[in-house]
Amino acid sequence: MNSNVNMSNQEYSDFVDTKAKKSNLGKNILLAFVVGGIICSIGQIISDIAMNYGVAKQDATCITTIVLIFLGAFLTALNLYAKIGKFAGAGSIVPITGFSNSIVAPAIEFKTEGYILGLGANMFKVAGPVLVYGITTSVIVGFVYWLIKLFI
Amino acid sequence: MEIFMIYLKVFLTGGIICSIGQILIDKTKLTPARILVIFVTLGTILTAIGIYGPIVEFGAAGATVPISGFGYCLANGVMKEVDAIGFLGIFIGGVKGAAAGIASAVVFGFIASLIAKPTIK
Repeated sequence: MNSNVNMSNQEYSDFVDTKAKKSNLGKNILLAFVVGGIICSIGQIISDIAMNYGVAKQDATCITTIVLIFLGAFLTALNLYAKIGKFAGAGSIVPITGFSNSIVAPAIEFKTEGYILGLGANMFKVAGPVLVYGITTSVIVGFVYWLIKLFI
Repeated sequence: MEIFMIYLKVFLTGGIICSIGQILIDKTKLTPARILVIFVTLGTILTAIGIYGPIVEFGAAGATVPISGFGYCLANGVMKEVDAIGFLGIFIGGVKGAAAGIASAVVFGFIASLIAKPTIK
């Protein structure tokens, strides 16, 4: 143990870095790649099954999104998604199941603070910003597209 | 063989998009929330300038399942709606295009949170 209690902030930060577990970038990327690839393949399977039943391609994409969001939400509720996330990193965050996880995880955590301001408000801790920036960008895109169409 | 190729493309596309997220997390200390916001915004912009569309054509679910595919729905929806009804489409199209994702995320998220028990940490 380092017994020096008079370390500067910089020294302390360096000390923490030496104690922190070295994260292996190559291994992390490979795991994210494989898990992300698997989740997307599951999505493709759902979409292919839907299209086999004569569903139009665009509707099949919708169904895939809904099913994956369902799976992400319930795997989170069963406390299984966090276990996948522990080793998959971005492989479990970036797919739409991760979006679903980001809604359910804080909602469960803050459930004890009540159903409105605990569960209800905290569902959008991460999903809220995603919608704010996503929808704002889409409105800007729509406006620019409308302007361009006006002059062409 | 053809189906193998399709799934290979899906796996590669999805894998690469997730790897980019992992590199950002490891190299820049971006939090997952920021990664999600950046990917949605980028997905929307890349779709608008015509780059994400070809990626979706190549990678199918590999490009629509990652959260950037949510941006793809937003941008496609807004442009389609502007084509159909003009100015009002700017405010209607995006959410309309992503409606399935938003509504299912809210409803399933709510139900799942209701039935789950808070874990003791």
